[in-house]
Amino acid sequence: MKARLAVAAAALLASGALHAQSTLDAVKSKGYVQCGVNTGLAGFSQPDSRGVWKGLDVDACRAVAAAVFGDASKVRYTPLTAQQRFTALQSGEIDVLSRNTTWTITRDTGLGLNFVFTNYYDGQGFMVPKKLNVKSAKQLNGATICVQPGTTTELNLADYFRANKMSFKPVVIEKLEEVVNAYFAGRCDVYTTDVSGLVAVRASRAQNPADHVILPEVISKEPLGPAVRHGDDRWFDVVKWSLIAMVEAEELGLGSKTIDQQLASTNPSVQRFVGATGDIGKQLGLDNRWAYNIVKQVGNYGESFEANLKPLGFDRGINNLWTQGGLMYAPPVR
Amino acid sequence: MRARAAAAQLALLAAVGFVVWYLASNTAHNLEARKIASGFGFLAREAGFEIGESPFLAYGAADSYARAIVVGLINTFRVALIGIVLATVLGTLIGLARLSHNWLLAKLAAGYVEVVRNVPLLVQLFFLYAVITENLPGPREALNPLPGVFLSNRGIAFPVLAPHAAHAWMVLAFALGVALAVLLARWARRRQAATGQPFPALAAGAALVLGTPLVVFLAAGAPLALARPELQGFNYAGGAVLTPEFAALLGGLTLYTAAFIAEIVRAGVQAVDRGQFEAAYSLGLPRRRTMRLVILPQALRVIVPPLTSQYLNLTKNSSLAVAIGYPDLVSIANTTMNQTGQAIEGIAIIMAVYLTISLSISGLMNWYNARIALKGARQ
Amino acid sequence: MRWLRENLFGSWGSTLATLGILWLAWMLLPPFVEWAFLKAVWFAPDSRPCRAEGAGACWALIAEKHRFILFGTYPYEQHWRPGAAILVLFALYTASALRRFWRPALALAWLGGLALIGLLMWGGVLGLPYVENERWGGLMLTLLLATFGIAFAFPISILLALGRRTRLPAVRALAVAWIELVRGVPLISLLFMASVMLPLFLPEGVSIDKLLRALIAMIVFAAAYLAEVVRGGLQAVPHGQVEAADALGLPYWRKTLLVVLPQALRVAIPPLVNTFIGFFKDTSLVVIIGLFDLLTSIKVALIEPAWSGFGVEAYLFAALVYFVFCYAMSRYSQDLERELERSRTHALKGN
Repeated sequence: MKARLAVAAAALLASGALHAQSTLDAVKSKGYVQCGVNTGLAGFSQPDSRGVWKGLDVDACRAVAAAVFGDASKVRYTPLTAQQRFTALQSGEIDVLSRNTTWTITRDTGLGLNFVFTNYYDGQGFMVPKKLNVKSAKQLNGATICVQPGTTTELNLADYFRANKMSFKPVVIEKLEEVVNAYFAGRCDVYTTDVSGLVAVRASRAQNPADHVILPEVISKEPLGPAVRHGDDRWFDVVKWSLIAMVEAEELGLGSKTIDQQLASTNPSVQRFVGATGDIGKQLGLDNRWAYNIVKQVGNYGESFEANLKPLGFDRGINNLWTQGGLMYAPPVR
Repeated sequence: MRARAAAAQLALLAAVGFVVWYLASNTAHNLEARKIASGFGFLAREAGFEIGESPFLAYGAADSYARAIVVGLINTFRVALIGIVLATVLGTLIGLARLSHNWLLAKLAAGYVEVVRNVPLLVQLFFLYAVITENLPGPREALNPLPGVFLSNRGIAFPVLAPHAAHAWMVLAFALGVALAVLLARWARRRQAATGQPFPALAAGAALVLGTPLVVFLAAGAPLALARPELQGFNYAGGAVLTPEFAALLGGLTLYTAAFIAEIVRAGVQAVDRGQFEAAYSLGLPRRRTMRLVILPQALRVIVPPLTSQYLNLTKNSSLAVAIGYPDLVSIANTTMNQTGQAIEGIAIIMAVYLTISLSISGLMNWYNARIALKGARQ
Repeated sequence: MRWLRENLFGSWGSTLATLGILWLAWMLLPPFVEWAFLKAVWFAPDSRPCRAEGAGACWALIAEKHRFILFGTYPYEQHWRPGAAILVLFALYTASALRRFWRPALALAWLGGLALIGLLMWGGVLGLPYVENERWGGLMLTLLLATFGIAFAFPISILLALGRRTRLPAVRALAVAWIELVRGVPLISLLFMASVMLPLFLPEGVSIDKLLRALIAMIVFAAAYLAEVVRGGLQAVPHGQVEAADALGLPYWRKTLLVVLPQALRVAIPPLVNTFIGFFKDTSLVVIIGLFDLLTSIKVALIEPAWSGFGVEAYLFAALVYFVFCYAMSRYSQDLERELERSRTHALKGN
């Protein structure tokens, strides 16, 4: 009786859905994907002047929606701070966490979640003003360093300086806007974050980008990617293959503009991909045109990168396809 | 009737107890399901992150979480104590300025109070921090308003006395002077009560408090060597530095709280009846003693209770440090929660610390109120 | 001339103060006017004119982002809905501020108004597309947090204040515990608790959305502070009133509802409004848990690289918006206090 009362009371309070059954079924029945994103990170997830969410991480959410519903707009976004993100996924508030989160073993095993795929390979680096004449991170002893808290960035920084028997003064600021302002105003000698972020900040914010150098040392590996709850393999597969499909489409040369012309292609890989032959979609529990819908509505990985990160000065670098010297390698869709 | 009241209370307690039990059992189940370890064992583990400023207590990334939190606590107290002193001084000045006969001064003070009280402190902090970091030059082009003082976007570097054995003795002498002055004041009061002769206890006490350390200072040969800040590598070394984060937080808390204190001071002075001035004058008391013996004690009775709650507010508001990067208790507990996932323990620590501060200050205030309350008059 | 002599140059100190203030104004005002108005960039397709040498304030940022600042991530084509909801809120605020509308029908108007706002914001009927509350944001969210926070906290606070003054020990202990525990900790810690700990309190699979969680924390917080104000009002009710009610044999709840509370609340209105102001300002703290209120929208607007770096302008704008609301409330509270004072002395004379 007590338990039933409690459940009734909780159900009154609750507006989220029960996730006792498979997340895929729950998502299908509620009609949208609930996606946890960053409250604001240029290029990855950020609302534009019209309040529409844009970015690489946002495109991952849209790809999942396109695969499940054939409609990339069936996503609801929950902006999350760094400290809320894992709880939000664990408690079932969101279905996918797509919030520039580094894949580490402690997170994968200790927090009850599974990372699905890497949609951005990053590493932590240092940027300094050219006039300081610093050539290597080993010369940074005693420097004041701007850093954002609550992520692996802060720990990597401390580890690196301890390993090299150097000291530094951290200036720890929560919001990107403030930490970047602090660096360009000269509040710190050094700004450290993922190299992608350094490139973007230098291109968009420096008065003269040539006045700032990014030091050659990359002190950490930061594979960023979405995560889902542990123990729900069907949903795990759907999210994983939605991301892979974007990379595979780029490898196959399929883009949002060209895929309709390729529908009649005789290439068997393309035919399988767009669902003209085989039943890959059914095996995932999705429509057979799932991958076609992703590419048609969201685009392939390269297009997403071009649209969101290129304008900020990001370089494809290691995020290029493996055939072009990068790390993006899609397991075969067959 | 009695029985009904008892039954209703029992039902209420049972309901509250049930809710608490229900939430606790859920939490225990969730923690187990998510394999989150509970307990405060993590405090002994290595923190692994650096802290920007840790005065009075050496700290490095290899130290424990417990030590990091203590550093945060010290930083909270540091900004709160200095903030309280500055806000009291500034607030009193503004409050008196509002009562000034000078129209311009009174209006300016009133305008200040209106603007500052009606804008959220957080907005003011963001604004101040942007102004400080964006408008001051870098350390190599630092402003040098006084010899040895450097003003840059790294903060204010200024010289401090180089440590000398005599300084410790001076502190002891100061304490001795205070004790002597208290004894003297007691003796003077008793003598005045017995013989009616006043004794200038205030002046004599001040001479004791300041004079004793001065004698020690001179006897030790006046050691006045200064440790001056100098530009070494990236930053200033030697001397002392106030960081921009500290300056922005201190400035924000001081300016904000001063506006509230100004209103309290104004209300307190206005609450004293004019007749009290006139009565004191007609007794022939000089103006300064009228203020000290008649007006101030009465105004203080009105001022002290709301003033204390402003001090408490300032201390609690210092938790907004997390937004501009000053490493206070909340900011460090927040980082700890992120690194360890021990959210419950982290929040428990924050709440326990603030509750201790609040309850002890309100205890102190109740004691003070009881002391200064009008004898025999109960409200 | 005489006014000048008496009010500005009455004594040496006064003269010195006047000259000092005039000198400061001379030093500070011209550069500020030049920056904020004369050289400011008001409209621009992007931030390049703002970054030009010698450019003043970049108000073009506000011009470009004003819709986002007002309504957050609410669907762009549907912005008229939160706009209309804000108007409804304003109408309700105004009606509540005028004493001639202070009658039971006002409560009905609030119920109707809030229902209308819910209808506008959520939609889902009458051909309005459904908009989930994750997408509510900007100024609208700030107003909603403040309004709903007060609307729920106020009745709770009355119960707490009554509970603190009751003779029933268990009730009193619970009320005191709530009030003192909440008042003893910073709001941030309650918000952290709601955003990180609340999900752990609930059974597996049940979750409350972020907005509601923050709102719960704000209600718990506001109720404790309001309760102390209401208690002050209760203490001001003359004892004879209670005794008279007892003599009439009125039971507790009728005595409280018909005799004590109306008098207590009337006395407590000015400090209540001041507490409302404080609460309205405190809603800005939800920026720390990533809720899209006015302040968060302004900060997120600054994140887009094309527009970032104009923090001073953005925060000045935020300060201006908060100031307009708080100043209006505080002026209203002062006027009301004066009016109530007058009507009270009038009534006393009438006796």
